[in-house]
Amino acid sequence: MSLRSPLGRVRGLGSAKEGVHHWWQQRVTAIALVPLVFWFVVSIIANVGSSYEHMHAWLSSPGNATLLILLLVAVFHHAQLGIQVVIEDYVHCAVMKPIAIIATKLLATAAGIYSVVCVLFVAIGG
Amino acid sequence: MESCREARAMKSQSRPLSPHLQIYKFTLHMAMSISHRITGVALAVGTIVLMYWLASAAHGKEAYETAASVIGSWFGYLLIFGWSAALFYHLCNGIRHLFWDAGQGFEIEQIKKSGIVVLGAAAALTVLAWILGLAI
Ligand code: HEM
Repeated sequence: MSLRSPLGRVRGLGSAKEGVHHWWQQRVTAIALVPLVFWFVVSIIANVGSSYEHMHAWLSSPGNATLLILLLVAVFHHAQLGIQVVIEDYVHCAVMKPIAIIATKLLATAAGIYSVVCVLFVAIGG
Repeated sequence: MESCREARAMKSQSRPLSPHLQIYKFTLHMAMSISHRITGVALAVGTIVLMYWLASAAHGKEAYETAASVIGSWFGYLLIFGWSAALFYHLCNGIRHLFWDAGQGFEIEQIKKSGIVVLGAAAALTVLAWILGLAI
């Protein structure tokens, strides 16, 4: 039995008042990705076979570096939020569930920051 | 929430269930719904490859050339083609999700139609991206 009021439940706000936050961030990152993805896929196809010098020249352009970093931030956040929903749907045990969710959060944060640092390293460090 | 032991026990008991997936006729919409999830998870795995590629560029010429020879092989191109198609499918179907979130397009006929539009748009964007990408 739940002590929460029906209104409280539809609003989706728990005591921390952040129940909708996850859902909302998944939508905001999705919208951010719509324009970025097309640029990104074309750039990946154009750069996959390219030389080291060409790749560095591409990343050294401030416009490309900015777009790529925006994309990385949105993608890693969106992916983490999405994987969390999948875990919540399929993992029901009280031990494994938080472990899996925390692990994806840490992994996505580390991988995202590392990717951004690598872009900056090339863009600024040359 | 159940403990791990309880969660396992619930699975092994054959309790009465409501009609499950195999009872219903399989529809395009069902396939597209699960595909959104499958492509989402696959794309999340793909971000690790992206990280590896960017890291190799930051680690010097030798590391980059190793990465480029793996990713630039015919098998690498095949994976990237699959990745681009999955991404455009997920993007187009994601936009369909956003319309549903706004309360639009829930009639059966609209759902059938938007599903076809999503498949067509994803295929068209994939082809277009490859034409543009290879031309640059
Ligand atoms: C590489 C990029 C992307 C990755 C790694 C990714 C990953 C994911 C994952 C894992 C999920 C959870 C799937 C589920 O709950 O069944 C998801 C959901 C979602 N994605 Fe993406 N995604 C990406 C790009 C995009 C783009 C470009 C859009 C543009 C609209 C988008 C829109 C959505 C939406 C709306 C949902 C929620 C669907 C729902 O409510 O079930 N995603 N994504």
